[in-house]
Amino acid sequence: MTTPAKTSDAADAAEAAGPKHAGADGRPEPSGPARALRAITGELRRMPYLLLLPGIAWLIFFFLVPLYFQAKMSVSSGTLDKGFDLTWTWSTFSAAFEDYDEHFLRSLYYAGAATILCLVLAYPLAYTIAFRAGRWRSLLLVLVVAPFFTSFLVRTLAWKTILSDNGTVVGFLNTLHITDVTATLGLTEGDRVLATPLAVVTGLTYNFLPFMILPLYASLERIDPRLHEAARDLYASPASTFRRVTLPLSMPGVVAGTLLTFIPASGDYINAQLLGTTRETMIGNVIQSEYLRVRDYPTAAAMSFVLMAVILVIVTVYIRRAGTEDLV
Amino acid sequence: MSKQGRDAGRVELTGLSKRFGGFTAVRPTDLTIPEGSFFALLGASGCGKTTTLRMIAGLEAPSTGRVLIGGQDVTGLPPHKRPVNTVFQSYALFPHLSVADNVAFGLRRKGRKDVAQPVKEMLELVELGHLGGRKPAQLSGGQQQRVAVARALINHPQVLLLDEPLGALDLKLRRQMQLELKRIQTEVGITFVHVTHDQEEAMTMADTIAVMNGGVIEQLGSPTELYESPKTAFVANFLGQSNMLPAAVLGRQGDDLALDVHGVRMTLPASRAVPGSSGSSRIVMGIRPEKITLGKAEPDDAHRNMLRGIVSEASFIGVSTEYRVRIAEGSELVVFSQNRDDERPRVGDEVVLHWNPRHGFGLDAGQDLDAGTGEDAL
Amino acid sequence: MLKWLRHNLVVFAGLGTLVYMLAPNVVVFVFSFNDPVGRYNYEWAEFSDKAWTDPCGVAGMCDSLTLSFKIAILATLCATVLGTLIAFALARYRFRARGLVNSLIFLPMAMPEIVMAASIAMLFLSMGMDAGFTTILIAHITFCVSFVVTAVKSRVIGMDPALEEAARDLYASPIQVFLRVTLPLAAPGIAAGAMLAFALSFDDFIITNFNAGPDTVTFPMYVWGAAQRGTPPQINVIGSAMLVIAVLVVVAGQIVGRRNRAKA
Repeated sequence: MTTPAKTSDAADAAEAAGPKHAGADGRPEPSGPARALRAITGELRRMPYLLLLPGIAWLIFFFLVPLYFQAKMSVSSGTLDKGFDLTWTWSTFSAAFEDYDEHFLRSLYYAGAATILCLVLAYPLAYTIAFRAGRWRSLLLVLVVAPFFTSFLVRTLAWKTILSDNGTVVGFLNTLHITDVTATLGLTEGDRVLATPLAVVTGLTYNFLPFMILPLYASLERIDPRLHEAARDLYASPASTFRRVTLPLSMPGVVAGTLLTFIPASGDYINAQLLGTTRETMIGNVIQSEYLRVRDYPTAAAMSFVLMAVILVIVTVYIRRAGTEDLV
Repeated sequence: MSKQGRDAGRVELTGLSKRFGGFTAVRPTDLTIPEGSFFALLGASGCGKTTTLRMIAGLEAPSTGRVLIGGQDVTGLPPHKRPVNTVFQSYALFPHLSVADNVAFGLRRKGRKDVAQPVKEMLELVELGHLGGRKPAQLSGGQQQRVAVARALINHPQVLLLDEPLGALDLKLRRQMQLELKRIQTEVGITFVHVTHDQEEAMTMADTIAVMNGGVIEQLGSPTELYESPKTAFVANFLGQSNMLPAAVLGRQGDDLALDVHGVRMTLPASRAVPGSSGSSRIVMGIRPEKITLGKAEPDDAHRNMLRGIVSEASFIGVSTEYRVRIAEGSELVVFSQNRDDERPRVGDEVVLHWNPRHGFGLDAGQDLDAGTGEDAL
Repeated sequence: MLKWLRHNLVVFAGLGTLVYMLAPNVVVFVFSFNDPVGRYNYEWAEFSDKAWTDPCGVAGMCDSLTLSFKIAILATLCATVLGTLIAFALARYRFRARGLVNSLIFLPMAMPEIVMAASIAMLFLSMGMDAGFTTILIAHITFCVSFVVTAVKSRVIGMDPALEEAARDLYASPIQVFLRVTLPLAAPGIAAGAMLAFALSFDDFIITNFNAGPDTVTFPMYVWGAAQRGTPPQINVIGSAMLVIAVLVVVAGQIVGRRNRAKA
């Protein structure tokens, strides 16, 4: 794979052919064998493309080409029965914006809130696993990954139980009058949590938390604990050690984690569907129903296209500002 | 390997060079490494020694020239078809295989089935007979090094290549392994080509050393030859330390050159000057620090070269003391003096430096006298 | 005491997060023993082991599970092969289209799932392909490839190239080098990528939902439907059983790994 199988044959052939190509004194002209070896390096130059070919062809055909079809569909018009024709109907975009601008904004708002919550919740856990866990480290990591293995839909449904109106959690929040505060903020309604924005954000946060914890842990784990000691030695308090040393060094993890949380959360429609009501519908719900229920493909395509564009712009700006380039 | 004769272990490089893009790592080089020798390629990092070794191993394709092993042209052969084996820098032991499987790797690739006995014998040769079942990660640095040697030697290569084999070991272990490798080489009699940046290591182990600098071999010879008669400032500085005294050639007196060093008349056997340099009017006279006698009075023997100076620094090293002596014109000489006398010169003392003219060596004046000193020499 | 509390504040916060993460799993497990009143299994009624003794007792659920396994296994196989090849090219070679290839790998991960779901569905629509097993499989392979590439690439980049040189030096032909050294060394990365691909494919809902036909109901789709129609405790049984099996596999792997290390 890394050393192509062809080379040995080529080298054998070249070796046989070698002497007659050699210059009178074998120098400074490259001798036959040397030239043959360079021919092999030429073969090597083609090697990466051979390796890439199947996978990249696959991605071009099933990832890039579909994006083209989607773009085309977004400016087409027609119906499911008669078929769709490319009519350059741009009004689909403006109509989609007019009808669903609040869904867009709501998606970004919920996804942003969930991302921040994820960061706040994930950091202490990632830090604990990286620096405080000792021999419990692998157990904790297993516990972080374990939920992955229960279908996330089943787990999301469990929040219906946890947040149910007469459940312990809501009762506790009611007693502490926290629901009053969140209700004032417009996050909940009355004494309920389920079927409110808070429930949807809770679900989103829960669903994407591992995607925040793992990159954070990966970047924290790479930090030499002696750097903390060095910072303490140089008169930094624990707080400023964190602010000046740990946090900056964990930035790649923060950037990767926020992206891995925000991107999928912004297009999610499962949490809004299962834990919210029609007042909490996000852009994902709209695309899903336009595509699968209304069968208005141009509108679904247009909105999906806009969502992609918005996310790509946000991601690009964010990566530039955060200055972390090689995330892949 | 058709030619398994007496010279199976001879390595010949003719016009061998290597360019990486615009950078020339090795300039066209001709070199013959005799059968059964312990040969060292010595130089600072980036001098082209590792590239040369890798071209012999077949891991790097030369830009020009050819490689012959035992008289057979192997230039076009891939590494697995060459009768050489390598002990890699940091060993490159396969982490997923046991020590015994690492050692057996080459034999198995050559299609041998009954590997248990040779592996056992080879592990015993490197004194690791009891550790065959372990994984490389469970061995100490020194043990890993022995496995790397065993893994290469078991294949009875015509030539064994060693790429900085001791670089990862601590000083004491390195000393021990130097002797060990020398012992193994004497025992198996295979040609060893050893790449190192450590001049002491090269001198301890090798019978012939090629000093490389900037992609060329500056000088080739036995350790004594290189040390006693360096031909360039780089060699003089890279192997041990040297004092360099720019001198004017006054003329020839029999077999000697008469020189003017800082206004003092000195002599140097003409045979000890680099050919060509004796004809010119300027020359550099080198003298090793330990050849200089440091005293209070002038020597009885009037034939010795002599300078006066003032001790500006004295560092006690144990077996000797290193003095820096400012000679009249403001330049300094380094002198190593055995701590035999009770009364030793102190800083500020006026001293007389003298040495046997036959210990000096003459170099071409037109070169950088600091080449091979400093950080690049490691 | 106060100092100790302050010192361990971060640990308590971390454990709090862990509780938040694991609470749903506990609920899923507990409610697998529920005998719900009505169609939905959201409120505790009384203890029952009915769901555990008869996990396939609800229509279609175990079929959906089998389908999910089939798709996940096939998607994992294909994505692992494609992704591993790309990862080797990216980790081992300098070539001109490198930046483009990196972007093409990154984009599918930098895009909300629903965009990919809708666009690939539109491809199948334009091609006149009927949604079903094949369309689901193709879609799954497509989104899994990038994750495999990322996992394998980081492993291959960390591998010492001298190890392969050593193998070549020790008479291994290029194919032997690959089989005896490269592949075993890259195996942990490939395994990680494959596991990730399997988990993603098995649990995928959004992309599957856009590309499934009426007869291809995967397990996540079954659960989604159940959320509309009524949730039998059997889905909790499956959820809990999967978790237990996964944890057992991980623990067994660790024990074997530790024993290997101790034995050697």
